Amino acid sequence: MLQEGKQALWKEYQKEIADNRYFYVRSCVRQNFFPASEATFLKIITEELGKDIYEHPSHTSCSGIGYHTDVIPFETTMTMVARQFALMTEAGYPNLVPSCITSFGLYTEVLDTWHHFPEVEARVREHLRKATGREFEKPANIAHASDIIFKLRNEIAAKAKHKLVNHITGKTLRGVEHIGCHYSKMFPQKGIGGAEYPYVLIGMIEAWGGEVVDYPERRHCCGFGFRQYLVKANRGYSVASSKKKFESMEPYKPDFILTNCPGCPYFLDRWQYAIAEMEGTTYGENGMGIPVLTYEELAGLVLGYDPWDLGLQVHQVSVEPLLDKMGISYNPSSKYVGKNGKFLGVPFKPNTLKVC
Amino acid sequence: MGKLYEQLSKDVRLQEGLKSCINCGTCTAICPAAEFYDYDPRIIAEKVQSKNDTTIEELLKSETIWYCGECMSCKTRCPRGNTPGLIIMALRSLSQDLGHFAESEKGRQQLFLKRTVGEWLLNHGYCLYLEGIGTDLFPEQGPIWDWWQENYKDVMDRMGANYQGEGPGVLRKIPEETMAEVKKIFELTGATERFATIEKYSKLKADEFNLDISDKMPNEYVHSVFTTNSILE
Repeated sequence: MLQEGKQALWKEYQKEIADNRYFYVRSCVRQNFFPASEATFLKIITEELGKDIYEHPSHTSCSGIGYHTDVIPFETTMTMVARQFALMTEAGYPNLVPSCITSFGLYTEVLDTWHHFPEVEARVREHLRKATGREFEKPANIAHASDIIFKLRNEIAAKAKHKLVNHITGKTLRGVEHIGCHYSKMFPQKGIGGAEYPYVLIGMIEAWGGEVVDYPERRHCCGFGFRQYLVKANRGYSVASSKKKFESMEPYKPDFILTNCPGCPYFLDRWQYAIAEMEGTTYGENGMGIPVLTYEELAGLVLGYDPWDLGLQVHQVSVEPLLDKMGISYNPSSKYVGKNGKFLGVPFKPNTLKVC
Repeated sequence: MGKLYEQLSKDVRLQEGLKSCINCGTCTAICPAAEFYDYDPRIIAEKVQSKNDTTIEELLKSETIWYCGECMSCKTRCPRGNTPGLIIMALRSLSQDLGHFAESEKGRQQLFLKRTVGEWLLNHGYCLYLEGIGTDLFPEQGPIWDWWQENYKDVMDRMGANYQGEGPGVLRKIPEETMAEVKKIFELTGATERFATIEKYSKLKADEFNLDISDKMPNEYVHSVFTTNSILE
């Protein structure tokens, strides 16, 4: 195929990502398990790249986990979403930036529903008015926080202190990426590269000097499944899904796993620990796991931030093998200290999974 | 058309999710739940499409409708634009509204999800609540999580969070006026009613099983629905 033809086709897989004036809405999972990732995202967007991003103190969960565990009715969820839009309208920001893939999918689903059923939108507006007295305009643009990092990936590369290259051998580091089901499986036209060629994380890895490895189960779900993880009796579903991915990626010996959704890094990190303890199987080098990163953590490492300020000490799978390859210096003795240097003790070590 | 199908079709998710299924099975081929459970989204679509009340009532009382993980992989692949995952969501909603969820082991788990995720959202504004997610319920979080929970204020502070603080930031305290708005939204839009329905039918089932189901967490019934797994035994 001619190059122009390829480029024309690829254009169909792009999405519009707003350039500035973002309204940030946080993620329940990311706040609880990767709090430093959200702090890092805001630091990069404001201090490194000079963008205007605002967070309203009165915004709440989008209710997505409640909706997808089916305890929260769609009518309630749509009104909770409408309330977030109202706060955005009141603050004067046009572009919504969710920190969560479940939220991103949900905001998109609600707008799509209103597009097909205008009477539902009218009813939700009435609910919101009655419950809160608020009115709203719909966002001009919705981009997941990773879309913003993707858009600005070359600016980040220009400021890079470290590249995804082995600093001793000079070899390109190899990553596998996992974009999270609700990013583009539900509404392919809303994700960069659609459902067939999701490019949001690939673009980051390539811009920062790394190489992406394809593997057979690349697009399989991490296994969250909402009720399938949250209820202990169902967790076999969750661990089996993650295990299927680990076994599929292991032969390619990836240096790291990069994730898009806040839930996926939790499952891909913790299930490596659980599988090691249950079966004695490990997927990384020398009895360790494969380091799992959020895109904010990876951007922070590339920009030279302290790994412990990025929160990498609260992963169960140690990230030091990746830091060593990238030539990132870190202080092991400050890994488990609080903000003011208070030593907090060392976590117990797992029985089987090797950790630093 | 049966009465139950009529009720189901009022849910916009059924209208979006079931247009005209040709029973090709592509959804089943891509479905992570179908790999793990004896589950077949193609059959779900076929049964609902029959519009037969007896068949749909069986589904509403079944284990089957609770196997889906709502990953929505089926939406991408259906050649006719159906979404079995959305059909499942409509079925689960109706199953709860009619109290049929309490007739299946997996359906009864809704009480645990209501008492945790649902009430955390209603009372704190978050679907996950740090104090509620210890390794007692989630042991796979590993020793790192025990360390974190023992030191959560210091660790949260180190990582730039505003845990339980005023103003914006990670895990900030959601203002009381906001929580009052959330409560009103719940009352006006059906969440309060759904919570009451889940409690009502769970209580009937707990009495039948002779298990304690007090407001206190955990209790015998919650422990039972959280851990019982006879499907794969």
